[in-house]
Amino acid sequence: MEAEIALTVDGTRRSLSVDTRTTVLDALREHLGATSPKKGCDHGQCGACTVLVDGRRVTTCLSLAVAHDGAEITTAEGMADGRELHPMQRSFLDHDGFQCGYCTPGQVCSAVGMLAEAEAGWPSAVTDDLTAPVELDEAEIRERMSGNLCRCGAYSNIVAAIRENVR
Amino acid sequence: MRVSPRNSPAFGTEAAAVETGGTSLAAVAPAETAPAEVAPERLGASRERLDGPAKVTGTAPYAYEHPVEEPAYLHPVQATIARGRVTSIDTGAAEAVPGVLAVLTHTNAPRLADTEDAELAVLQSDAVAFRGQFVAAVVAETPESARHAADLVRVGYGEQPHEVELGPEGGTPAARTDHGDLEAAMASAAVVLDRTYTTPMQHNNPMEPHTTIAQWTADGLTLHESTQGVYSVRSVVAPVFGLDPEQVQVFAPHVGGGFGSKGLPHAPLVLTALAAQRSGGRPVKFAVTRQQMFALTGHRTPTSQRIRLAADDRGRLSAIGHDALEHTARIKEFSEGSSTASGIMYAAPNRRITQRLVPRDVPVTSWMRAPGHCPGMHVLETAMDEMAQACGVDPVEFRIRNEPELDPLSGKPFSSRNLVACLREGARRFDWQRRDPAAGVRREGDWLVGTGVAASTYPTHVFPGSSARIRYEGGRYAVFIGAADLGTGAWTALAQIAAEALEVPFEVVDPHIGSTEFPTATVAGGSTGITSWGSAIVQAATSFRDQYGTQPPEGAEAEGATQPNPDAERFSMHAFGAQFAEVRVHADTGEIRVPRMLGVFAAGRIVNARTARSQLIGGMTMGLSMALHEHSVLDSRFGHVVNHDFAGYHIAAHADVDSIEAAWIDEHDPHVNPMGTKGIGEIGIVGAAAAVGNAAYHATGVRVRDLPLTPEKFLR
Repeated sequence: MEAEIALTVDGTRRSLSVDTRTTVLDALREHLGATSPKKGCDHGQCGACTVLVDGRRVTTCLSLAVAHDGAEITTAEGMADGRELHPMQRSFLDHDGFQCGYCTPGQVCSAVGMLAEAEAGWPSAVTDDLTAPVELDEAEIRERMSGNLCRCGAYSNIVAAIRENVR
Repeated sequence: MRVSPRNSPAFGTEAAAVETGGTSLAAVAPAETAPAEVAPERLGASRERLDGPAKVTGTAPYAYEHPVEEPAYLHPVQATIARGRVTSIDTGAAEAVPGVLAVLTHTNAPRLADTEDAELAVLQSDAVAFRGQFVAAVVAETPESARHAADLVRVGYGEQPHEVELGPEGGTPAARTDHGDLEAAMASAAVVLDRTYTTPMQHNNPMEPHTTIAQWTADGLTLHESTQGVYSVRSVVAPVFGLDPEQVQVFAPHVGGGFGSKGLPHAPLVLTALAAQRSGGRPVKFAVTRQQMFALTGHRTPTSQRIRLAADDRGRLSAIGHDALEHTARIKEFSEGSSTASGIMYAAPNRRITQRLVPRDVPVTSWMRAPGHCPGMHVLETAMDEMAQACGVDPVEFRIRNEPELDPLSGKPFSSRNLVACLREGARRFDWQRRDPAAGVRREGDWLVGTGVAASTYPTHVFPGSSARIRYEGGRYAVFIGAADLGTGAWTALAQIAAEALEVPFEVVDPHIGSTEFPTATVAGGSTGITSWGSAIVQAATSFRDQYGTQPPEGAEAEGATQPNPDAERFSMHAFGAQFAEVRVHADTGEIRVPRMLGVFAAGRIVNARTARSQLIGGMTMGLSMALHEHSVLDSRFGHVVNHDFAGYHIAAHADVDSIEAAWIDEHDPHVNPMGTKGIGEIGIVGAAAAVGNAAYHATGVRVRDLPLTPEKFLR
């Protein structure tokens, strides 16, 4: 069964017809040619497909496209302003926070979404005081980023890159 | 120092002179002028990755992302028995699904020209050799309909008894080296150790699954493939389909990791190319799912390894015995050689090293980061820690005391060997001298704390057969070679090597890799990429300057190939390293944390300090992951890996990784190759898990001899 939906991807509204079984990830990659989000596991276990949906980080392989009709999606590609990289992306370059690069767009989106969550006061499993403003030390960053796997082992460089962007 | 055959005895200048039409190399003036204000490149600089902006935005195209017109999608059907025959296949319901273009089975699939490699003889017979093997495949217009139709294929089987478990005994001898008399030395020594250790089955699990886009044209087969070597794919695939090598075009500009599993083509590639013969000319796309990867794209064998050590009362080894047992798929023999490194690590007059292989009804084994050396050094370095303890000698000092002067097996000198320097430098940085040797005595709150050390090594190879082409145009130098960058930093490092060899700034070099349109390159494996491809680039640069000097005409072009190394037979060539770890084990739960790891390596010249550090840390992180988590659990009843996804097969996540530092000592080795590099892709993982295990013993007094170091093993 097909359904007509529209997604705003990196600022551009796109209309498309999708199989109702199509995930947001496959809609982006196979229907719209937006291949910045990656498919690493298709089960929400690796985080490579992470984008920001209406500002919040979402694993698109676990989201059905028909359930996201009208959504505003920002991928790592859209985070950059033309050739001008987002500060988080610049930090990933400066700290060599990647090797093969396959998990990287997801790490970048997740990091930006995570900073917003912390800013909004969301606690994590390692937060001691659940009511105080969140202080994003290394342990907090690692905990909050643990849904984004990196097989090349760039974790220590990724954390250094993210720390640069903590206000 | 300039990277050049002129400065390196590793290159035959005679051969080079012939290549360049008889020009004497010595007569060529070095390039003095640089076209830009920036200085000529020097190896070792810290360079940002050339592919970096594309990687952080996600715009670097991986194989599956290559845009193609009207793609068809493949979804396979996998065997649900571990051994036997397919007796019936009903494809009627699958074929009735709208959008299905073809259903392939062994009864209707195109015949392959060469089925000698049983792993690649896909859908050529009714035999099932392991659970998860391909028995059918659906090609459809959408991924959803392909997957749905694959679920509707009904397969009947005639099941036969199978065996997948590896015990401590059995197997056929694969290799054996004997020096002296191991038994006699064990019988007469003051201190002896005789232990058996196991390491589990492991899976490479690169983040990018194995993917293929296959399309047949009038000229042959075009493949967009996630591979560590476009030419490896071509040379293996061409005979399978009865093609000339030139009829197979392979593209892989960006590769999302491999760690060995993408070193050689596996069955999914062949299946996709077969299916593309039944798709009406449409390109066929297949991304192996994460679950399917556990049966179809290679794995590291489980091992059972017996180590015997004998020493005098001063801690000098008199004997080293290492007997390794591995499994191999019944249909394709492959051995890691887990006991190999025990040949060269430590001095001892008596030595026996054996390797046995046990055929099992399991998926095909293959390369995984530091094959052989990773599991083999894990157990040797764990045993060395046990032996140091038994001899009452500090484990750093114990290793230094048993340092060999020459390669113990071949009797050849080492081209360079700086294990002792790595151990000493690591000990200094890690504050090792303040370590209390007693195990299980330090407690901070609920946590038991310890530190450990282990040595690393990996052989230095140059694969013959790479060529490079350099072309000058518009003031820039384009370098062409069919190499692959799977995250290693090859895009950048090869440009650095070319810039140094040409004596031009890095900024005027444009590398072109990842395509069979470019000159032949060997596989990115065995830590040989930079050593092999770089050697070809240096040769091409020399040839270029010899032909054109420093003011080349527009369009000037020269080629060069990897040359034989006359020193290869004279020296034993290896990289070495020392790994240190601090471990905390929770006294009540056995939870294990690793707050600190340090690796110090002696791996020849480092090309790019930034990416080298990342690669070494990456290897150590994978070693940490091996220590704490990785274990593919084979179900002996059904023959499959039970935990076949990231929820079940854990790899290290952000939360596992605290401080990890990698450093290297300045090592100049004039014998290995023109650059003096030794390769760094693998050594980072070697010994890392042993350092963690040895630290866990120091923390708790509990010696875990079976990886991984899961909490229950510390609770007594």
